[in-house]
Amino acid sequence: MHSETRAVPLEEVLKSDWGGGKSPFAVSWGKLMMWLFILSDAFIFGGFLTGYGALRISSEKWPDPGKVFALHLFGYEIPLLLIAIMTFVLISSSGFMALAVNAAYNRDKKRTVIFLLLTCLFGLTFLGCQAYEWSKLILEGLRPWFAPNHPPFDGVRNFGACFFTLTGFHGMHVLTGVIYLSIIALRVAKGIYERRGSYEAVEIAGLYWHFVDLVWVFIFTFFYLF
Amino acid sequence: MAHAERKHPQVKVYLTIWFWLFVLSFSAYFIDLMNLPFALKAMLFTAIAFMKAGLIAAYFMHLRFEKLNLIYTIVLPLILLVALVAGVLPDGLSALMSRW
Repeated sequence: MHSETRAVPLEEVLKSDWGGGKSPFAVSWGKLMMWLFILSDAFIFGGFLTGYGALRISSEKWPDPGKVFALHLFGYEIPLLLIAIMTFVLISSSGFMALAVNAAYNRDKKRTVIFLLLTCLFGLTFLGCQAYEWSKLILEGLRPWFAPNHPPFDGVRNFGACFFTLTGFHGMHVLTGVIYLSIIALRVAKGIYERRGSYEAVEIAGLYWHFVDLVWVFIFTFFYLF
Repeated sequence: MAHAERKHPQVKVYLTIWFWLFVLSFSAYFIDLMNLPFALKAMLFTAIAFMKAGLIAAYFMHLRFEKLNLIYTIVLPLILLVALVAGVLPDGLSALMSRW
């Protein structure tokens, strides 16, 4: 194989994986479908982020996210503190999810449930932070169709539109994920997967949860940091 | 469980990735606090974002341990997002330039 370079006919290559009677992806249908869903979801968020980028680059002014999302603590204004905490919380939840999947591989029912519940708890904390952030901005007068005509918003209406769309869609994914993971945790606790002899459902739920974390990486970077 | 015996990472690998995700996130946050030119910040933020995304997809989502067929099926279509950005960018840039 290494000494002589022989061109392998295309039919042979195709037959080896795609010739029928074999699983070309070597994963179960459930996992493949979750991956395809994630791919389509990536395009949804990719579209939103691109739209936001187009609006921002063509906008005359844009509010400084460091000021808009600053927290006042002990008399100091700390820029983006809440967002940093939210990032910390979501990465932590993703880490616990990874540990849950690992426990599921080892068919450790108790640890799987505990780590899944910790994941949900951190997901709920994230949603709590987001609820606080939303209510704060709504109280300051920001709307999806309107922005107050004073600093830090300076009447940039597209800021509200982008903010509520991006974080709203992401938050909805987190909420869905918390519900999804709670159901999976319940089913693990009931011993459904133990009886089935496969904990793959935990791994598939984990794919979804990690994807939600992955989307936050890009929202955090392009909406809050830039 | 036809595929159960395939290689999957140990706890230590997850914890290492977890640690690096924290390090990358905090460095992005501190870069933001520093007084650097916007272009440099933008480049660093983008690089860190893609590093984090890569770590999450490859290890947390196990994409690294999947068959090459699956990796290509998931990763290659994402190139279309580059086409989307390339299609939208000229419009935004012309608006940006017209104000200068």
